[in-house]
Amino acid sequence: MKIRITNGRVVDPAHQIDRVQDVFIAEGKIVALGQAPDGFAAERTLAADGLVVAPGLIDLAARLREPGFEYRATLESELDAAMAGGVTSVAIPPDTDPALDEPGLVEMLCYRAKKLNRAHIYPVGALTIALKGERLSEMAELVEAGCVAFSQANEPIVDHLVLMRAMQYAATFGFRVWLQPLAPFLTRGGFAHDGDVASRLGLPGIPVAAETVALFTYLQLAKATGARLHVTRLSSAEGLRLIDQARADGMDVTCDVSINHLHLCDRDIGHFNTHCHLVPPLRSPRDRDALARALADGRINALCSDHTPVDDDHKLKPFSESEPGATGLELLLPLTLKWAGKHKLPLLVALARITSDAARLVGITKAGHLAPGARADVCVFDPAARHIISRDSLKSQGKNTPFLGEELPGQVRYTLVEGQLMFER
Amino acid sequence: MHNPQLNRHGELQHLLTLDGLPREVIVSILDHAAPFTEVAEREVKKLPLLRGKSIFNLFFENSTRTRTTFEIAAKRLTADVVNLNVSTSSTAKGESLLDTIDNLCAMHADMFVVRHAASGAPVLIAQHLLATGRDHIHVINAGDGRHAHPTQGLLDMYTIRHYKRDFGNLIVAIVGDVLHSRVARSQIAALGTLGVPEIRVIAPKTLLPTAIETMGVRTFNDMREGLRGVDVVMMLRLQNERMAGALLPTPQEYYKVWGLTPEKLELAKPDAIVMHPGPLNRGIEIDSAVADGAQAVILPQVTFGIAVRMAVMSMLAGQ
Repeated sequence: MKIRITNGRVVDPAHQIDRVQDVFIAEGKIVALGQAPDGFAAERTLAADGLVVAPGLIDLAARLREPGFEYRATLESELDAAMAGGVTSVAIPPDTDPALDEPGLVEMLCYRAKKLNRAHIYPVGALTIALKGERLSEMAELVEAGCVAFSQANEPIVDHLVLMRAMQYAATFGFRVWLQPLAPFLTRGGFAHDGDVASRLGLPGIPVAAETVALFTYLQLAKATGARLHVTRLSSAEGLRLIDQARADGMDVTCDVSINHLHLCDRDIGHFNTHCHLVPPLRSPRDRDALARALADGRINALCSDHTPVDDDHKLKPFSESEPGATGLELLLPLTLKWAGKHKLPLLVALARITSDAARLVGITKAGHLAPGARADVCVFDPAARHIISRDSLKSQGKNTPFLGEELPGQVRYTLVEGQLMFER
Repeated sequence: MHNPQLNRHGELQHLLTLDGLPREVIVSILDHAAPFTEVAEREVKKLPLLRGKSIFNLFFENSTRTRTTFEIAAKRLTADVVNLNVSTSSTAKGESLLDTIDNLCAMHADMFVVRHAASGAPVLIAQHLLATGRDHIHVINAGDGRHAHPTQGLLDMYTIRHYKRDFGNLIVAIVGDVLHSRVARSQIAALGTLGVPEIRVIAPKTLLPTAIETMGVRTFNDMREGLRGVDVVMMLRLQNERMAGALLPTPQEYYKVWGLTPEKLELAKPDAIVMHPGPLNRGIEIDSAVADGAQAVILPQVTFGIAVRMAVMSMLAGQ
């Protein structure tokens, strides 16, 4: 199928392009920008007047809930949500049931996703068997099966010797290690940021030290082992400071933040709003503002949805008994635009965090940009259109988000995956 | 998510927490409670204010004392009382909290008195009733996790008002395990709202919540310093499971440093009163000589507790 996207504002952060021009797509690839290639006859023309034409978004963390949690969501429902959100590539954390610790399982997941023919999936393998932090997974085989990195999702490795060995082993092959900084004992029994809000509500707290203690350990072990460390879901200004220091010492470490932590803080828990029950916990307004600034200046490398669909039954519970997480695939773009607006960031900078910068972290080279020859994963959106997030507007099976009822900018009009129009509105 | 305890007209719909409850509402509850103290002294201890109303005592956490005081309060108002010890019934079979509530609503409950181990559980129930349009049903929080125990806080305010008359010139010290205490949180909220100029909390650092100063209190780790010149000493109960481990080394050391002895009480004003929400751990947080002494008002607290609960119930559901 040959597609021509006409008159859109093409924003391609990877190549610092931001201008109104046409995009030509054939055989699943971008074939040209601006001038039509010789003899190009479009079978479909998409008018993009007033719209932004961007690379398809890349999400560093989206739980699609298969296998094991199909009652909460399925690959089908969540990949539909990805399409509606303009997300064309998703990295999948390994905390499925069973965990992504088996090459056969990863192959099956990739096969199922391919058959559904929507967003590309990039599984993140379990660093240890069943995420138990005891025995190493078959990393080499898992990579062959399709894994792009290794992580423990939100499960800790209590035994630091195992963690060091796991990082060493991953470093043997140059595999990426993605770790969530949460020290297990300091997290135990806690449900919210240990601050005035948790104290007032009587919610057992998780101190910032839970993040910094773990982060310090990870940084030291990465230095000792040469592992390629990526820190997931940073939550605090103190944690950020440790990353800054490590970089000043010459370490090559990357990190990301979730859309929730970029915009929300512990105050948003209000009267026990379980949509704000998240891992890591939402921290203070000061932490939130520090994260938002660091994402703007690039000290935080990427923004992700941390998509975690949870059914109503597990959210309509007392805060401490509810399940953590929020749906996010369809909010990634709107919340990126909201953040960009607040910080007066050019689209080129804002979109980089969810396209080219994210692609680099996952190791995607043929997508995340719009150069001729690239995979034609494209997100066309109306930056001016505002819409109210509601249960009905969400395609994800999870209706759990703190942003329900909020009016946000940015509406996806077309999503193309490998040159196929998968979503239009 | 807002706090549903006040309705659109600012009237009390549920009693969930004292944090943020307007001063007029608190004072009005205390005023309502006063005449109920006399009912207990009559030969026939009953008023027909809640005749025909069904009150469900829903205790997801074991408690005999609080449940009994609510039961007595309801019965003195002629309500029908159903006691459900939920920790041994349906939730043990996997039923969710809101399913339990829906079932009891179908049995035409008029009021739930809820105790739950999780902070915010009664708030969730009230939000659910609001969302499902059942605003004729009321919820009273009888203690949720570490969050709130509003009727205890109110009966404490009633007791202080009874003995001290005016809140505007008092120094009040709260002593003990503030971290795990819903009672302390309700007391701090009410004392602040009622205009007590100085609220102190006295405890080891392991038993103080983070950033507690933001609730408008002064913290003291040294008990002697904290007790100096106070008008009211509110002791908190130290739960057995906190007494040894990483929070405190031993009950003996706790008693030595933070136990209220006659000698430490001498640092307070001579007419200071000593309160305790019960049950007492004699020889751990309080010395028997103090608990049974002239300054203790611990038993009057229990008596006032019934009147205050009658006041709350009748204000919520009375004709």
